[in-house]
Amino acid sequence: MKLMSVRGVLAAGLLSISGLGASAQECIAPANPGGGWDFTCRQVGKTMQDLGLIGSTMQVVNLAGGGGGVAFAEVVNKRGGDDELIVAASTATATRLAQGAYPGNSMDQVRWLATIGADYGVIAVAADSEVTSLTALLDQIKSDPTSVSIAGGSAVGGWDHLKVLIATNAYGIDDVRSVKYIAFDGGGEAVTQLLAGSVQAFTGDISEAKGFVDSGDIRVLAVLSPERLPGAFSKFPTAKEQGVDAIGANWRGFYAPGDMSDAAYDAWVSKIADLYGSSQWQEVMAANGLAPLNLQGAAFEAFVADSVAEIQSISREIGIIK
Amino acid sequence: MELMSNLADGFAIALTWQNLLLALLGCFLGTVMGALPGLGPSNGVAILIPLAFTLGLGATPSLILLTSVYYGAMYGGRISSILLNIPGDEPAMMTCLDGYPMAQKGLAGEALSLSGIASFIGAFLATWGLILLAPQLVKIALLFGPAEYFALFALAFMTLGGVSSTNQAKSAFAAALGLGLATIGVDTQTGVPRFTFGEVHLYDGLDFLVAIVGLFALSEVFIFLENRHGGTADKSKLRLGRLYPPMSMVKACMPTMLRTSFLGFLAGVLPGAGASLGSFISYSMEKRLVDKEKTFGTGDPRGLAAPEAGNNAAAGGALVPMLALGVPGSGTTAVLLAVLLSLNITPGPLLFTQNPDVVWGLIAALFIANFMLLAMNIPMVGIFTRVLMIPSRILMPIVAMVSFVGIYGISGSSFDLMVMIGFGVMGWVLRKFDVPLVPIILGTLLGNSMENNLRRAVTIDNGNWWTLVDTPLAMTLWAIAIIGFVLPLLIGARVKAGMRLKKDQEGAISD
Repeated sequence: MKLMSVRGVLAAGLLSISGLGASAQECIAPANPGGGWDFTCRQVGKTMQDLGLIGSTMQVVNLAGGGGGVAFAEVVNKRGGDDELIVAASTATATRLAQGAYPGNSMDQVRWLATIGADYGVIAVAADSEVTSLTALLDQIKSDPTSVSIAGGSAVGGWDHLKVLIATNAYGIDDVRSVKYIAFDGGGEAVTQLLAGSVQAFTGDISEAKGFVDSGDIRVLAVLSPERLPGAFSKFPTAKEQGVDAIGANWRGFYAPGDMSDAAYDAWVSKIADLYGSSQWQEVMAANGLAPLNLQGAAFEAFVADSVAEIQSISREIGIIK
Repeated sequence: MELMSNLADGFAIALTWQNLLLALLGCFLGTVMGALPGLGPSNGVAILIPLAFTLGLGATPSLILLTSVYYGAMYGGRISSILLNIPGDEPAMMTCLDGYPMAQKGLAGEALSLSGIASFIGAFLATWGLILLAPQLVKIALLFGPAEYFALFALAFMTLGGVSSTNQAKSAFAAALGLGLATIGVDTQTGVPRFTFGEVHLYDGLDFLVAIVGLFALSEVFIFLENRHGGTADKSKLRLGRLYPPMSMVKACMPTMLRTSFLGFLAGVLPGAGASLGSFISYSMEKRLVDKEKTFGTGDPRGLAAPEAGNNAAAGGALVPMLALGVPGSGTTAVLLAVLLSLNITPGPLLFTQNPDVVWGLIAALFIANFMLLAMNIPMVGIFTRVLMIPSRILMPIVAMVSFVGIYGISGSSFDLMVMIGFGVMGWVLRKFDVPLVPIILGTLLGNSMENNLRRAVTIDNGNWWTLVDTPLAMTLWAIAIIGFVLPLLIGARVKAGMRLKKDQEGAISD
C-alpha cells in the first residue's frame, strides 16, 4: 500500500504538471463526469484551448450534488471573488432556482456570463408507433391520460417533465397532473425504454434523440423550437406549425461568481463570444445537435430572469411549488 | 471472413508504438487507481481525460488510453480487497469475501495470481462477446423494462442469504439497513426530497464510494486503534506462502470462471444493472451451485474466482450498450461516452458502420490491454504481497490518509468526509455485533434502482401490481429468485432433519 501510494502521488504529480500548466482557469461541472454540464465544461475548455483563447488546458472540476446545488452554494459561499472560475449551467439550473431547490440561494447571487447554444426539446415515439403527429398524441392524452406513458431523463418536476406539460398546457389539457410522466436516469435510459416498448412516448433534448433518429428507430413528432432547426434537423416539424404553441429550449451556458471583477467578467464574456463565433464551435454545435442561441452579458442575465419567472409560473400551476 | 479482417484492421490501428505505450501507461495507472480505496474506474478515467486532451490525442488513441485505465482499474480493485479486506472499488466488494480469508490463511500470493487469471478470463471472454454479439445483444437490453429490472434486483436480494454470514437474520438486517439508506435523497418519481433535512449535499443521496470507504477502510482503522497493542504481534506470524497457484487450483476454478464470465457479461450488457450486480450475482449463484461443503466465505478459491471473472466480464459487457445504443451501463461508461461525444463521435446504432476504425481499434486495444494486464499483474504479485509485511501501525495510518485524500479528491467536499466518518463508526459498531457489511452496500447500491423500477412499472400500468409478472422474462426471473430463496431453506431443513434422525438412531442404538 505504501508503495502504491507513492506511485499514486507520482501519477498525480505527472497529471498536475501536464494538466494544469501555469495559470489555472477552472470550470466547475456541477455533476459527475459524463453528463451535460461535464460536456459543456470539457468541450468548451478543449475548443478554447484549440483556438488559443486560453493559455493552458481548462481544469474541469466535477462538483456533484443536489442537482447543481452543492456547486452553487460553494461558489456563492466560498469562491465569491474568484476571477478564474466559470460554472456550467443550463435550463436545469434555472428550473431548480425557480423551484427553490437550492435552499437559500437565488439567481442574483452569481453573474450570468453567456450561452453557448441551446438544445431544443423533442417529443418522439418509436418508429413503429401508430401515432404520427403531435396533435394525435395530445388527443390521445386528452381522451385517456392513462393510456400514454411518457418517459424522460429528469426527475418529476424537472425540465424533461416540464416540456411535456408546456405542450399539453398549450393544447388545452387542463388537468396537467393527469399526464403520466415516468422519470428515468438520463435521456439514454428513457429512449431505451421507448424502444423496448415499455412506454409510448419520449421527451428529451434533440441531442439525446439524434443517434436514434439517424438509425430510424424513433420518430420525432415535434421539436419545441420557434422555427425549424437548420441542417439535418430541418425535416422535423415544430410544435408551433402543428398548432401547439410550445417552446422548450434547454440552453447551455455559464455563470461566474457574484463578486467577480468587471474586468474579468468582460474578459470571460468576450472569450465565450469569440468561441461562439468560431467555425470550430459551429462544427461542435452541428455535430451535437445544438441549435443557435447567442446571448451574452446583460442580455443573458435578463434571459435567465425571464426563464426563471416562466418556470415558476408553470411549476405553481402543476403544484410543484406553492 | 469479414469479422477477422475487421479485427485485423483494428490491430493495425492499435499496434503502433504510441498506442502500445499509451495502453501500458493506462494499464499501470488503472491498476494503481483501482487498488487505492476511493479511486475507482470512473474517477480514474475522469482524471485522465485532461491528459488525453493535453497530449492532443485523436479519438482512437484517447480511447485506448482510457479503456486501458478502465480495464486496469477492474484488475486493481481486487488487490486491496484481498490484502486488506478493503475493496478498491464497488465491484471488488465481493472479492473480499473469500480473498481476504485466503490471504489470512497464508495464500495471499495464490489469491492474487488466481484472481488475476480470473480477471483475464472474464475480460477476454467478454471482449469476444462484444465482437461477436454486440448488435444482437442490444436486443436483450431491449427486453428489459422496468418490471424485468425490478425482478432482476429482487433476484439479487433473494439469493443474498448467507452471502457473508452464517446468521441469516443479520444478513437480512444489513440488507434492510442498506435499503433504508438508499431512500435518502430526492425521490425522482415525485421530486420530493426524503430524509435530507434541508441539507443540499444529501439531495443526490449517499455516494456509494463514501459508504464503502467508510464502512470497510475506516472501520478497519478503528478496530486497529482499539486493539493496537495486540495488532502487530500476529502480523509477524503471517506467512506469505507461494506466489502462484498450483495448476490443480486453476483447473478446479475453471468451470466457475467460465460460468461467471457469462453471467457477468450479461449483467454488464443491461444498462440498468452493471458490474457490481455482475460480481454479486456471479458470487451468489456460484455459491448456490457448487458450495456443497459450505467453504465459501472461508477462503474458497472458487469464491474468489467467481466475482473477479464476473466483474471483469461485466466491464466488457457494459461497453455493448455504450457503443451500440449510446446508453452507458455504468458510471465509467458514462465517462467514456462523454469523451466520445467531445471527440465528435456519436455512439449509437450507427457507430459500427460510421466509425468502424474507432470501434475495431478499441476492440483490439481491449485485447492488448488485457494481455498486458495479465503480464503486468502476475509478476507484480510478489511486490503486492509485501504490503502484508508492513506493520499495522504504519499501514493503518496510510489507509486512513488514502481514504480521506481519495474521497476529498473526488468530491471536494468536507461534508462527504463527515459522512465517511459516520459510516466508519457505523461499520465499527456493526462489526462488533458481527453484522456483515456487504449486504449494506448492496442495499444502498441497488436499492434506488430497485425502488425506481418498481414504481415506474406500477405507474406505467396505472397502479396494477400484476404488471410485475406480466412477461415471460419477468416470470422466469421471479421463478429463479423464488427457487434460489426457497430451495436452500428446504434442503437445509432436510439436511438438518437427516442429521437429527441419524443422531436419534445412534442414540437409540447406544441406549
